[in-house]
Amino acid sequence: MFRTSARQNPLRSSALHLVLIVYTLICVAPILLIIMNSFKSRRGIFGAPLEFPRGETFSLEGYETVFTIGNFPLYFQNSLIVTIVSLLLTVVFGAMAAFALSEYRYRGREILTLYMILGLMVPIRLGTVGILNMMAAAGISNTLTALILVYTAQHLPLAIFVMSELMRQVSDDLKNAARIDGLSEYRILFRLVMPVMRPAIATIAVFTMIPIWNDLWFPLVLAPSEETRTVTLGAQFFIGQFVTNWSAVLAALSLAIIPMLVLYMLFSRQIIRGITSGAVK
Amino acid sequence: MATTDHTAPVATGKRPRRWHIPLLLAPAAIVYTLVMIWPLVDSLRLSFFDEGAPGERIFVGLQNYRALFGSDLWWGQFWNALVNNFEFFAIHMLVQNPIGIALAAILSLPALRGKTVYRTIFFIPAVLSYVIVGFVWRLILSPTWGIAPDLLDRIGLGFLYQPWLGQTDTALITLSLISVWQFIGIPMMLIYAALLSIPDELIEAAECDGITGVAQFFKIKLPLLWPSIGIISILTFVGNFNAFDLVYVTQGPFAAPDGSTDLLGTFLFRTFFGSTSQLGDPYMGATIATAMFGIIVIGVLLYLFGIQRRLTYYQM
Amino acid sequence: MKHHRLPAISVMALLAAAGPALAQDVAELTIESWRNDDLLIWRNEILPAFNDAHPDINVTFAPTVSTQYNASLNAKLDSGTAGDIITCRPFDLSLSMFQRGQLADLTDLEGMENFSDLAKVAWSTDDGGSTFCVPMASVLHGFIYNKDAFAELGLETPTTIDEFWAVADAIKEDGSYIPMTIGVADEWGTASMGYQNIGPTYYKGEEGRLAVIEGTEALTDDAWVDPYRVLARWADYLGPGYSAQSYADSQNMFTLGRAAMFPGGSWETAPFEGQGAFFEMGAFPPPRLSADEPCYVTDHPDIALGMNAATEHPEAVKTFLNWVASDEFAQLYATNLPGFFPLADAEVTVDNPLAQDFLAMRSECETTIRPFYQILSRGDQSLEELNKVVSAAVIAGSETPEGAAERMQSALADWYEPQQN
Repeated sequence: MFRTSARQNPLRSSALHLVLIVYTLICVAPILLIIMNSFKSRRGIFGAPLEFPRGETFSLEGYETVFTIGNFPLYFQNSLIVTIVSLLLTVVFGAMAAFALSEYRYRGREILTLYMILGLMVPIRLGTVGILNMMAAAGISNTLTALILVYTAQHLPLAIFVMSELMRQVSDDLKNAARIDGLSEYRILFRLVMPVMRPAIATIAVFTMIPIWNDLWFPLVLAPSEETRTVTLGAQFFIGQFVTNWSAVLAALSLAIIPMLVLYMLFSRQIIRGITSGAVK
Repeated sequence: MATTDHTAPVATGKRPRRWHIPLLLAPAAIVYTLVMIWPLVDSLRLSFFDEGAPGERIFVGLQNYRALFGSDLWWGQFWNALVNNFEFFAIHMLVQNPIGIALAAILSLPALRGKTVYRTIFFIPAVLSYVIVGFVWRLILSPTWGIAPDLLDRIGLGFLYQPWLGQTDTALITLSLISVWQFIGIPMMLIYAALLSIPDELIEAAECDGITGVAQFFKIKLPLLWPSIGIISILTFVGNFNAFDLVYVTQGPFAAPDGSTDLLGTFLFRTFFGSTSQLGDPYMGATIATAMFGIIVIGVLLYLFGIQRRLTYYQM
Repeated sequence: MKHHRLPAISVMALLAAAGPALAQDVAELTIESWRNDDLLIWRNEILPAFNDAHPDINVTFAPTVSTQYNASLNAKLDSGTAGDIITCRPFDLSLSMFQRGQLADLTDLEGMENFSDLAKVAWSTDDGGSTFCVPMASVLHGFIYNKDAFAELGLETPTTIDEFWAVADAIKEDGSYIPMTIGVADEWGTASMGYQNIGPTYYKGEEGRLAVIEGTEALTDDAWVDPYRVLARWADYLGPGYSAQSYADSQNMFTLGRAAMFPGGSWETAPFEGQGAFFEMGAFPPPRLSADEPCYVTDHPDIALGMNAATEHPEAVKTFLNWVASDEFAQLYATNLPGFFPLADAEVTVDNPLAQDFLAMRSECETTIRPFYQILSRGDQSLEELNKVVSAAVIAGSETPEGAAERMQSALADWYEPQQN
């Protein structure tokens, strides 16, 4: 009835669209404004901030400055490595642990589960000094490895929590049949259970990748050197450095935004499906 | 219950050691314990120490806690940050979640066109970093660049413009709203997923009873959403009491103006790592971190035992 | 979806272009610094000159944003990842780093002979026994103004307070320029460019500074409250929305020709010239109380270079630091960074007219250093940091001058014995 009424009521449907379009503007206008102004000269930015770049105001001076000084391709590469490797480790280690915690019955299992998901409540940042000291002792501070280890540890609790809940739902008959066929427990996990876990993995991926990519804290204190700088730190650093040079600031902001937007657009379907865990109709 | 079925025959046999269990657990347990739990314990332990002579560490018992809760200097900052943090959290709960739910409700209407496009766009700010979001908004609200005053002028509301990020009574609210702008996509998506999982029969039954539109949302759908809203609330709580980046990036380590945007996270960072003319104090930093840990645990426990138990879960 | 393709392709091209850095057979040194404004000058002018003489030492200048410098430096020092050469803040902060064993003792470095005791005071122990950083430069505080705007409005640079207010009123009256601009939102600028700029006139420079250290004057005395009262009055001349204006905003306001006066210091010289301002700039010292009173100006030892005690290349670092102590470096620094006046006993010529205006203040006025850097910022709460916060609050109108002074005094009396009765 509602379906039909919505279709029959153009007034109501346009009111809803109006609301959605207003919110769309609120979402994208600030970002577009930055990108648009990054293609202008300093005078253009200040003189006519709301106009499209044209003729005399069009300028790439900001991008020229950014590319002479900041090594954004390198930062981008660092961010990609850190994010992807951390994500892989989180999913693989998390799935293994979740399987061990949900599939078998043994003494101390509940306590162990609780211990492994305790990290959901505790911000890892509070242990920063301990982490710094340990990474220094291990001789891996200022490396991407250090960042990867931290992010993996940070996101394991969520991965274990989500996957162990869902693994209980995988049919036992299937697994037992595989056991009778002589498949090892590892094969059962990776060949049989993991493929069923796809929606869960997508959810974990979203909630792991976005914070890792955007994190400022650990790159700042753990790996601030030029070679290990991530995009987020690089942009923050660059913005601080050229804070008076607005065309460079806007160019740096755009360089940090655009790759993220492109990646998001490419994967938005998967990302959204991940969050809504297969509920999308 | 299902877990016993297949292990039983193995167990009744010759009781082989199930080596695969520790092997499966080991990588996660080792990384997690070494890189998260141990440093955490190690850092919090520092709260019972202080620096004697330069470079020397001495055990001082609860002295740091007495300083944090007893001295004007520390308690004043801590209390200020705590109150601000609650305000930050309250604004998220009152603005982010209702708007998120409303958008999700609209997007879940079956007849709506273009929902994929809207859904995609509404989530964009959530994929950007605090650094970007902070600077973008700082530029837009800046009196120097004049975007905000100019836009308001064009619609005849120029008199409304204020330097919101520079006034003690508006800066925190402004920052909270910026953070809401950024993260609204997450509650929206989670609620959206919950709405989609409501069985069609239930909706049809409601429609047969003549319950439609807004009434249908409040009478039928909302009760089914409470568990999701509960999870979102606790996620928001933990996130907000850890927040640091946005304030640090836009307002600096001293949470300008006059500490009015200070959150526990920025207070911790400043104490721990120091600032332009002050060395960091890891011992007081650890004390603050422990206090934050306590607050977060209390909040989570309150939720688990006080609120979650009262939520009604409907089997669907 | 066509429009998505272009950025994606350029991103891939960028990735391909990112080549791995080549390893070379030389000592690699890194300088930690907060002077991100100077990155290009170090990279293009100063370091190449060093490399001409020492091709076997490769130095990288790696600045951090000023406000984050010490926080991230400390984290890096604690974890052993800090650079070999560390840019030293003056006085207590570097002193405690030295006492913690983070900065090496450089007392016996040959180049130290080029500096007087006075030049070294900001980076020596209280008894003067050890020095731990090679002094580089001091900076002078004052007011920078738009000469063209002053000429256009027929204004003279003010020498007394009364003249100053008259000039500010005249600019405001005319309306084509905002009289003054200062970054209130970042807070730090309000202390160094506000309080420490005009303050010495009221507390009589060194006389007042030492009196507070001895405990004979309190920060609630009029001599120390008056500067806050002046800052509060500045609010009328700062233009709309000034409380949300950052330091960078105010720099832009001035160099775009929107504001006529910029309370600041000689360190602005290079950045301002670099921004290609289309008008002539000059500087005048903080105005005097009256025509027959002297003027006071803050001449602050600001920047020095020290050695990370944990460096793997102590000899290479010493070679570099000796070069920093040389006359060649002093001249190079003065030429490329006009406004940073070398502390070495070298004959240095300063050509830049704006920098010359500042340099002239040294002989014209009584000089002092920033009041809360030495000794007074050793408490749990640094007085210097608190001064930034309250100065900004006073200008923004959320704190009274008396209230600000009250907060400063109680923070000091909290731990500093000479101020406890």
